[in-house]
Amino acid sequence: MDIVNKSGDSSGGFSDEEGSALVQIRDLHFGRGAKQIFRGINMDIPRGQITTIMGPSGTGKTTLLKLIGGQLKPGQGSIVVDGQKVPKLSRAALYSLRKRMGMLFQSGALLTDLSVFDNVAFPVREHTDLSESLIRHLVLMRLHAVGLRGARDLFPAELSGGMARRVALARALILDPMMIMYDEPFTGQDPISMGVLLDLIKTVNSALGLTSIIVSHDLHESMSISDYVVIVSHGKVVEAGSPAALRASESGWVQQFLNGDSDGPVPFQLDAPDYQDDLFGVSSAGMQVSEHRK
Amino acid sequence: MSDFFQRFGRGWLQIFERLGRAHLFLFQILIGLPSLFGRGSLLVKQLYSTGVMTLLIILVSGLFVGMVLALQGYYSLVRFSAEEALGQFIAQVLFRELAPVLTALLFAGRAGSALTSEIGLMKATEQLSGLEMMAVDPYKRIYAPRLLAGFIAVPALTAMFGAVAILGGHLVGVEMLGVDAGAYWSQMKAEVSFGHDVMSGMYKALVFGFIICWIAIFEGADCIPTSEGVSSSTTNTVVYSSLAILGLDFVLTALMF
Repeated sequence: MDIVNKSGDSSGGFSDEEGSALVQIRDLHFGRGAKQIFRGINMDIPRGQITTIMGPSGTGKTTLLKLIGGQLKPGQGSIVVDGQKVPKLSRAALYSLRKRMGMLFQSGALLTDLSVFDNVAFPVREHTDLSESLIRHLVLMRLHAVGLRGARDLFPAELSGGMARRVALARALILDPMMIMYDEPFTGQDPISMGVLLDLIKTVNSALGLTSIIVSHDLHESMSISDYVVIVSHGKVVEAGSPAALRASESGWVQQFLNGDSDGPVPFQLDAPDYQDDLFGVSSAGMQVSEHRK
Repeated sequence: MSDFFQRFGRGWLQIFERLGRAHLFLFQILIGLPSLFGRGSLLVKQLYSTGVMTLLIILVSGLFVGMVLALQGYYSLVRFSAEEALGQFIAQVLFRELAPVLTALLFAGRAGSALTSEIGLMKATEQLSGLEMMAVDPYKRIYAPRLLAGFIAVPALTAMFGAVAILGGHLVGVEMLGVDAGAYWSQMKAEVSFGHDVMSGMYKALVFGFIICWIAIFEGADCIPTSEGVSSSTTNTVVYSSLAILGLDFVLTALMF
């Protein structure tokens, strides 16, 4: 177990009992080509709470959501969602599980040829035989909840980024899922949209009894609404715990991340040959250039 | 030297790997086709965007091809005093070869490229991932209606191309160059076989429509989700489709005649 919190509990503060965690990740390995993104991650996502997964850019946070949603298959390890082993599910069983999951993509992922109303109604029309009048009620209720009932006739191209994400949230909620995954919900938001989204995520989670997983590197916003925070870097879980516990952490890595220091345990420079050698042509590549010029 | 063989081998392996992926992709679409029963609106929408929207370029091209065939045919036939055979010449050349091949090439350029860029952009903007996460199968909802629409649209467009081209031939051959109208139509009717000449062109059109849409949809779904990736896949669709049409035309002609 890589998760180490203040109490020294390697499970990241979550109980190992099956019932308490909605998502259980054990010894997860995943790579793309030669690059290993996850090297044995362990993580529990507790039911009914807001969990934020944070980490530097390119650390694989979105990939982790895709693994939980079954869009990618791990090289090794297990991902259990509500008692079901996601990588081993058949296509039909996976789709059945996804009906109980919502996902909010960074771009909103709204269907561009459908209006806001039809976008929100889309999952209901695909998966149920409800009458159009009932669908209308459901859609308007969800749009009202995100404050966009008045935008029902607009098309995605006419929406701002923040509005598109709120419509996507209404669409993700329409089938009453047990959990919602948010992929970078705060990126590029103005302060008002940011405040609206933060309120919505918190309200929706408590009012509907959802489990929320947020992937973000917007530190202060995410920590302000989260019950638990997991920090991931270099393919491992670096630390996990409540926001207060993380702020009190003595880990140099965590402090560098929370304070936004440019250098520290996470180096500013990507792995590269010696600077002097690189500049004055002593490295192998440089030698070749020098010899060629002679 | 060993580097060369390594690169050569790797290149071929990548080609075969992609071909295998394309066949598995097609298999998944074919499994999804029955889901279209009872969801005719999806098919109608695609027939409109692939078929109806391609109609204008097909009709205009057909008219000019028929007119050029009449000119070229007339000047060749008149040397042997056989200009009455102009109608038969135009109809046979059109239905056997030019109508299916030119329609398919135009369809690949207009509708095939549009299919690839549409699906590629859906991938780049995470709409396909969004569908999957909403438990909606893109093979059934997105790919299957487009494949079936192309399969239906290309033969229909081929028939229209042929009909308009024959009218274009009539316009030039009969109205401008003075070929006897009765000879133009009667020779055509007497010598052109529906089962052999016309239907052989229709079989080609069915195959071309299927191949173009398969290539276009696969290129879109398999593209690198960036603007450069979508652009490159769109180009690939036109190039691969055109080569496949011309290659398959030879094979089908050799098999049917």
